[in-house]
Amino acid sequence: MALKMVKGSIDRMFDKNLQDLVRGIRNHKEDEAKYISQCIDEIKQELKQDNIAVKANAVCKLTYLQMLGYDISWAAFNIIEVMSASKFTFKRIGYLAASQCFHEGTDVIMLTTNQIRKDLSSPNQYDTGVALTGLSCFVTPDLARDLANDIMTLMSHTKPYIRKKAVLIMYKVFLKYPESLRPAFPRLKEKLEDPDPGVQSAAVNVICELARRNPKNYLSLAPLFFKLMTSSTNNWVLIKIIKLFGALTPLEPRLGKKLIEPLTNLIHSHSQHRDLTGICASVSVLISLSSGMPNHSASIQLCVQKLRILIEDSDQNLKYLGLLAMSKILKTHPKSVQSHKDLILQCLDDKDESIRLRALDLLYGMVSKKNLMEIVKKLMIHVDKAEGTTYRDELLTKIIDICSQSNYQYITNFEWYISILVELTRLEGTRHGHLIAAQMLDVAIRVKAIRRFAVSQMAMLLDNAHLIASNAQRNGICEVLYAAAWICGEFSEHLEEANQTLEAMLRPKVTTLPGHIQAVYVQNMVKLYASILQQKEQAGEKEAAQEITQLMIERLPQFVQSADLEVQERASCILQLIKYIQKLQIKEVPVAEEVIALFAGELNPVAPKAQKKVPVPEGLDLDAWINEPPSDSESEDEKPKTIFHEEEQRHSRHRQPEIDEEELARRREARKQEQANNPFYIKSSPSPQKRYQDTPGVEHIPVVQIDLSVPLKVPGMPMSDQYVKLEEERRHKQKLEKDKKKKKQKKEKRGKHHRHNSLHTESEEDIAPAHHVDIITEEMPENALPSDEDDKDPNDPYKALDIDLDKPLADSEKLPVQRHRNVETLKSPDSEVPLVEKKSKKPKKKEKKHKDKERDKGKKKEKEKKVVEEEEEEKKKSSKHKKKKHKKEKEEKSKDKKKSKKKSHHSEEEPPESVQNGTLEDEPLPVSSCAQTYDIQGNLQNDSQVTVSVIFENKSTSFLKSMELNVLDSLNTKMLRPEGSSVHDGIPVPFQLPPGISNEAQFVFTLQSIVMAQKLKGTLSFIVKNDEGSTHEKLDFKLHFSCASYLITTPCYSDAFAKLLESGDLHMSSIKVDGISISFQHLLAKICFHHHFSVVERVDSCASMYSRSIQGHHVCLLVKKGENSVSIDGKCNDSTLLSNLLDEMKETLSKC
Amino acid sequence: MRELCFITVGNAEIHFILLFSRQGKLRLQKWYTTLPDKEKKKIIREIVQIILSRNQKTSSFVDWKDLKLVYKRYASLYFCCAIEDQDNELLTLEVVHRYVELLDRYFGNVCELDIIFNFEKAYFILDEFIIGGEVQETSKKTAVKAIEESDMLQETVEEYMNKPAF
Repeated sequence: MALKMVKGSIDRMFDKNLQDLVRGIRNHKEDEAKYISQCIDEIKQELKQDNIAVKANAVCKLTYLQMLGYDISWAAFNIIEVMSASKFTFKRIGYLAASQCFHEGTDVIMLTTNQIRKDLSSPNQYDTGVALTGLSCFVTPDLARDLANDIMTLMSHTKPYIRKKAVLIMYKVFLKYPESLRPAFPRLKEKLEDPDPGVQSAAVNVICELARRNPKNYLSLAPLFFKLMTSSTNNWVLIKIIKLFGALTPLEPRLGKKLIEPLTNLIHSHSQHRDLTGICASVSVLISLSSGMPNHSASIQLCVQKLRILIEDSDQNLKYLGLLAMSKILKTHPKSVQSHKDLILQCLDDKDESIRLRALDLLYGMVSKKNLMEIVKKLMIHVDKAEGTTYRDELLTKIIDICSQSNYQYITNFEWYISILVELTRLEGTRHGHLIAAQMLDVAIRVKAIRRFAVSQMAMLLDNAHLIASNAQRNGICEVLYAAAWICGEFSEHLEEANQTLEAMLRPKVTTLPGHIQAVYVQNMVKLYASILQQKEQAGEKEAAQEITQLMIERLPQFVQSADLEVQERASCILQLIKYIQKLQIKEVPVAEEVIALFAGELNPVAPKAQKKVPVPEGLDLDAWINEPPSDSESEDEKPKTIFHEEEQRHSRHRQPEIDEEELARRREARKQEQANNPFYIKSSPSPQKRYQDTPGVEHIPVVQIDLSVPLKVPGMPMSDQYVKLEEERRHKQKLEKDKKKKKQKKEKRGKHHRHNSLHTESEEDIAPAHHVDIITEEMPENALPSDEDDKDPNDPYKALDIDLDKPLADSEKLPVQRHRNVETLKSPDSEVPLVEKKSKKPKKKEKKHKDKERDKGKKKEKEKKVVEEEEEEKKKSSKHKKKKHKKEKEEKSKDKKKSKKKSHHSEEEPPESVQNGTLEDEPLPVSSCAQTYDIQGNLQNDSQVTVSVIFENKSTSFLKSMELNVLDSLNTKMLRPEGSSVHDGIPVPFQLPPGISNEAQFVFTLQSIVMAQKLKGTLSFIVKNDEGSTHEKLDFKLHFSCASYLITTPCYSDAFAKLLESGDLHMSSIKVDGISISFQHLLAKICFHHHFSVVERVDSCASMYSRSIQGHHVCLLVKKGENSVSIDGKCNDSTLLSNLLDEMKETLSKC
Repeated sequence: MRELCFITVGNAEIHFILLFSRQGKLRLQKWYTTLPDKEKKKIIREIVQIILSRNQKTSSFVDWKDLKLVYKRYASLYFCCAIEDQDNELLTLEVVHRYVELLDRYFGNVCELDIIFNFEKAYFILDEFIIGGEVQETSKKTAVKAIEESDMLQETVEEYMNKPAF
């Protein structure tokens, strides 16, 4: 009976499971939101229950709601509860919910660390699997750091199911915690040869993804992958490997040659049976082939052939991929693709937008001087036909891209281009008005010869502004008016009907344009006005001049009333100016000269990023205050200065400072020189203006005739087609001329007269431009740096993974293992051994040797350390049983984690460089209860401190406690004691030692001078506790601070080294050691290892070496090896330090 | 611009997988890059609209921001993956197809309703197949086996209720 009752109540709680919820939502289509909010209320109730099954059910429902778009982040804690359920049923749901809704910002995520660790080490592989899957979705940098070691262990799990997942998740860990890459990589590499194909393919996957981002670090794996490629039968793996090779071949050309045969075989075998993955593979083969082999025309031909088949296929997917692959080949072999122009143009008509876009990409690379007009014409037709605005915009940008690419390289006729731009302004609703405007400005400024034509076109645009600006606010095309106004104003001398244009600009309709355009209008109408004024005055038409002034005064007030500040300001300024001019005019004073002087001077285009490329002069601190900032009270009164529009600033008149003639001449000369060396600079004829007049065809552009026949078009707008025809005629004529000349040449074959101008070479490609275009190069400031490196994205997440993987691991590179931190109580924060790798600190050649040694030493330490860890493991296990304590411990751990976070953060900011001293001094012990090993580490951050790490090992069978270390300070060297303690107080060692255990403690010493070696006497006092009771014991020892321990291995380049030697403020000293039998190589390694030097340069049996002391002394060595002897010449800022160092060196060397 | 950058910061081969019906109702979403919920919703709305507006006979690839969408329709359901530019489109199509095969094998002639009512199973299957945006198991057999085995471990909530758990 009781059971029934309980069950009944559960049934009530369970009145809705997931299926019910889904069904309910489907049945409440009209009031879904209401129904769901009701459900969420129920779920909230369910989550309050203690029964984990009820909670899991609720979380499951929440996950469904999350998918529908409801926020469930409020239940994050409940999800964690369900995750930590012991039953797989619930755990699975918990992890699913977590993977769906947790992200880096979820604050409770840090609570999961221990739960996940527990699940990872669960005996049930599906528990582990579910934890790994979940982790892959919400891994954070913290989780990655804390769990890296656990996951790495799982990579060698007995079950392939786990290994496979662990390998894949390792990639996520690398991304979040790049320091883990080097320690984990050897194991990852092992997995490439795992017996299980799933694990193998996972490892290939991960390495491929890593290599794709930083290929150069993975070149050494190429042979292994080559083997895999030839042996693998799995298409998925094969494709990945090929992709990897695609990234590697550009770096190693020899690889390409080796690959060519197996890859061609693959293509052939795959085209035989048309399976999808097969084709897939061959497509990626094709792509990687093309990127790898710059001069293998046969294979490229094969690729292009196969691609053509793909593109002609009726399957849209294949067509798309064919085009995509084609565009990759285009980058390296434009010629071989260009022959398929017909096919690609055909694809432009495809009804699938994706395919059309791909075809457009291809066109971009296929244009030449010869076919540019044709291609653009075709594109213009598509612009007219295109229905969607996105596609039309895409077309528009492509047209502009194609035409303007590489400094207008392919444009032979700029009139044609201007008319294309003008035609594009007819596009309605495009977002790219500013693009067209920018092009107009650019062309008009940089191609001098085109200005007259451009101005006439722009005047027409201004005249027809009402068409463009009809729905000005809605579309961006009115931006072109900005360009039009500016061009007409700036180059007003070319304007034929200036009066008319001025009137067009003064129309009331203009005030509906956006503010920044109006502002440009106002500014440029003055320019126009000035030039008209000049014209009239020169012609002696005083009346007309006064009329135009009157017109300005009448119309300008409409701009003065503008709501836009910029317009208002300019207009009122100019209105006053013109009123003043009017006064002068009435007095019959000639004013035109002075008005025109307002706008004198030539404008030059400035190269992009020009400012950025000027190096900051030495001694200039850009962040320093020029004037101290005013106090707050003052700044309140100050009003912000006028805010300019960005556009305004860009085009605001950049006045040339007054420069004397000489300087000008010099600069001109320099520029000419530069232009002469610039292959892209089309040289100007001696007087471009004159030449312009001479050129046939340009003068007679039938601008006025065209429009009448085409009533639909904007009146007065030119048709680019006209120019295409004209251009064709011109080319034809040119060709004829050329032929004639050729004949002539043949006739006077023997004539010793000069050969024909290089401009008219025989090549078909080389079509001479219609008129000599003078593309002004963009100006660069003097002494600008030529670098282009500023394009790199500093936020690239893959940058952190650019790590050299071939270097042997250093001691410090270990994955963090959770353990108690004994050194925590230490006073000096910088004594922490940093996780940061000590890479590039030591010269490469020697590296292996002493790294090995270091590793040996490291191993010793490792052994000792491991013992401690094990002990702690035990502790942990026991604490697990004590469930009550569990929570407390958790808290502690999280505290611990926080601390460690702080630490690692600290070490990231300023990695303390550590040096290890090899000296080892074991004092024989009477009771042999304790042994010490120590390291002395110099600290770059603090030039008068060294850290001594001491490893204590308990060799006795008794328990050691209350250890205290004391040192007899010398004048020079003192142990850093906590404040308030006297010189005679020892420092307690922060741990106790059970028998057979060792542990490490660190002590900081301060030094006055480092030029001499030091020896300090010290005592360690401790209490020995055993069954018989406890006794107080003492142990004396000596600490030896050698001079070499103050040196820090610092790499130095030979040029810096030479400069250092030249500087002359170094003292010199030398030694000679006889009876040396070891090889020079070995000898250098010894010096590097024991004395912390790095090799700068080595020539035969002579080497220069460098090191630096913690106090910044430079030490340079020249080591020469003769027959059985070595001479060392040293130079150093301090002669005592040098002689001491050399003595130490002598001692080391005489031992060998 | 900022939005674009945001998406590039993804780090998986497959950035996300969406399943939605012809009516535009979302059936499954799996993200392998972290984005705020708001962003996700916006993206989903946008993508569903783009894909549903496409003609049936067009190719399966659409450029979207700096990613590529690879999608395929199976009966009334659209399966859509977002991948990076350099990634292989056909391979992704194959991934989609393989997932459908796995669903089919698990449910036996899968239909949209199966996925609606057993959405968590659909997720579990996906998790066995793809992890962190990378294909983890290329063998159908192994993947299905893993799911069935873990299902054995999982007692359904109903079973749990039927057990006298006191």
